[in-house]
Amino acid sequence: MLSGRQALRAGLRAWRTPTVGAIQRSFAAEATAPAVPGDDEQSNQFLKLWKSIAPNLDKPRLPSSYMKSRPPTPATIPTKLTVNLALPHKFELADKEVDMIIIPATSGQMGVLPGHVPTVVELKAGLLSVHDGDNVKKLFVSGGFAFVQQNSFADLVVIEAVELDQIDPEEVKKGLAHYSQLVNTASSELEKAEAQIGLEVHSAMNVALGA
Amino acid sequence: MSAPQGAQAVAQVAKGAAPYWRNAGMTYLAYVNACSAHVRNCLKEPFKSQSASREQIHYKFTEWDNGVPSKPVLRSSNPEE
Repeated sequence: MLSGRQALRAGLRAWRTPTVGAIQRSFAAEATAPAVPGDDEQSNQFLKLWKSIAPNLDKPRLPSSYMKSRPPTPATIPTKLTVNLALPHKFELADKEVDMIIIPATSGQMGVLPGHVPTVVELKAGLLSVHDGDNVKKLFVSGGFAFVQQNSFADLVVIEAVELDQIDPEEVKKGLAHYSQLVNTASSELEKAEAQIGLEVHSAMNVALGA
Repeated sequence: MSAPQGAQAVAQVAKGAAPYWRNAGMTYLAYVNACSAHVRNCLKEPFKSQSASREQIHYKFTEWDNGVPSKPVLRSSNPEE
């Protein structure tokens, strides 16, 4: 049988350690915060100073406690390229190690292998292929940006990425016919640009489905 | 070349370098959202309705006048509502 004080303490402890369904503390996290993954010298120094200056305040959470830091650029080119493909609503690929990706840049198709020079490119609507051994994953992306980092990481931020078998060929044909007509009949410059975008995206989908 | 002439030349070069949608007055976000809307529109079911529900947003506006709320106005990305 627990005494009143013991029971109170046990209850508090249960409340402080968030498990599924328990009340999560929404602010002022300190000792219960998860161990910092990429704990570096600088952050440790900072936290030590913080403790000596403000011993009563909670330790702040540093960026490194939310995000794993990227490895430094290796001296030799690694065999694999690490790809992140982020959509607004989900991660299509997260930290996936692959051999090569081919991205639809506005300047043309661009193959990225491990050890590629760092670049930022704008993507246009087109086919993105992810090659891993014999396995080739093909996705149709609508547009966005690709960031190729020095340490063989590639981060792609796109708005919509769908697998080819999710695209309806009938709808694409209909859209293609509609927008190729609209390009000729549009009057204002803005309408013309909108029709042109429609035409480009639909013909890109048509090409991707045919390939 | 005088200063205004120089500025004009710079503007002309920038216009030549920009994509057509930019010259038509669209922003990048408007452009990329238009592209994505076309892709979403060409999906098979059930992916089409899934992506439509993901994209849908509602705003409910209530104006307060003298501490009294007026009738709320609903703005939705879905034109039927």
